[in-house]
Amino acid sequence: MPDIDPRLIILNDHDTVAVVRCAIDAGEKVQIGDAVVTLMQAVTMGHKLARASMQPGDKVLKYGVPIGSATTAIAVGDHVHLHNMKSDYTPTYALTETGDIA
Amino acid sequence: MTMQGYLRADGRKGIRNQVIVAYLVECAHHVAREIALLDREKAHVIGFPGCFPNPYAQKMMERLCTHPNVGAVLLVSLGCESFNRVQLERVVADSGRPVETLVIQKTGGTKSAIERGRAFVADAVNTLDNTPRAPMELSDLVIGTVCGGSDGTSGISGNPATGRAFDQLVAAGATCIFEETGELIGCEDIMASRAATPELAIELRASVEKAARYYAELGYGSFASGNADGGLSTIEEKSMGAYAKSGASPISGLIKPGDIPPKGGLYLMDVVPDGPVQFGFPNISDNAEIVEMMASGAHMTIFVTGRGSVVGSAISPVIKVAANPDMYERLHEDMDINAGRIISGTADLETVGAEIMDLVGQVAAGEPTKSEQLGHQEFILTYKSFEPIGPACLPA
Repeated sequence: MPDIDPRLIILNDHDTVAVVRCAIDAGEKVQIGDAVVTLMQAVTMGHKLARASMQPGDKVLKYGVPIGSATTAIAVGDHVHLHNMKSDYTPTYALTETGDIA
Repeated sequence: MTMQGYLRADGRKGIRNQVIVAYLVECAHHVAREIALLDREKAHVIGFPGCFPNPYAQKMMERLCTHPNVGAVLLVSLGCESFNRVQLERVVADSGRPVETLVIQKTGGTKSAIERGRAFVADAVNTLDNTPRAPMELSDLVIGTVCGGSDGTSGISGNPATGRAFDQLVAAGATCIFEETGELIGCEDIMASRAATPELAIELRASVEKAARYYAELGYGSFASGNADGGLSTIEEKSMGAYAKSGASPISGLIKPGDIPPKGGLYLMDVVPDGPVQFGFPNISDNAEIVEMMASGAHMTIFVTGRGSVVGSAISPVIKVAANPDMYERLHEDMDINAGRIISGTADLETVGAEIMDLVGQVAAGEPTKSEQLGHQEFILTYKSFEPIGPACLPA
């Protein structure tokens, strides 16, 4: 069994997230390590899925270095983004589809 | 690959031979644009919009008007602005280039100024045919890199592939510049470990700390909404992706906009102003960064984009590297290199890095990039303030 789904890229062995190579629909099964996870929501190219479970305050590792901290509990296979992690430097500004600020 | 550069009096060699039409205040912009329309390929418009004096803008315009890709310069002044046109004309004249200053208030108005300006451009274009040529090596080149419209793919495809090309260029003796210290926040430790000297390591770290302070005071990181749509969650994640453009070579020095690197190697450009926060955001859009690297002598810029930027530049060609296959499909007419194949698994970083290297050579030899073919000549210059770099910043 490959330990990573071909639709994902692991940039560094120590990373707690994997990068999505192509859009994956909600409900699809994705293999991450020993786990096979059913995605709760669709993810698009360039987004991240958790490789490890994390607690609030844990560093999120990508490229082998911290890219911010978890703000909620994160399970393996969860989409990791603005809703469950934050910068350790300056807050992230993002518009939603409706023009509101996330 | 045979590169024949345009030999300038200061010994530098250009890969293009443009006539610059420079407005010295926004009030002269229309006249400058109309003049340059005479020859859309050879005449490029640059300028500074402000009426208040700014030493940074003066230095930038002096460097840009004496850039190795520039063969002749027409300055277009309204007449009452604060820009020191006399000094700028003197600097250009001292560089051996044909130069003329057109003062609209002394020329009889818009129509007369356009006619006079077009006569200068027509004459300059003819004269430029006689510019001496000289063989050019990779070691003569100054190459900048930026990323814009970044997403979660930029940092794993286009940026590291550009890093591979940068490693080859540095090994061949070229001068390579990477920048935007505001987009290196979070990378200060690993970057400092690549400094050529311990003193430079301190300077590199300080430049990023300055950027973090500056952006914290402004309340926003160098992070646009599209970055988050593309999967980037934080400035430090974006930074790590951007940092990959620098490759793996030792870092030889730290420069500020308009500083000309003294010899080949890899340089970080500190683009965040010194002193208290003033004049707003450091670089309000990608072209501001391209302009600053040109002011430090960049012959061309490698621009990695994930969301899909279409810009080019006045003066120096821009090579556009598409970071993902979806955007390459949508915007292929604007993209020179498809690094999206790294994402789809049909090419590796070495292959795309080698393609970028080859294209750098072809563009230096005169091959137009996509943005040049499409007529892109974006340019922007705004207010900033810098202190000179410290003695530890440049290689001995």
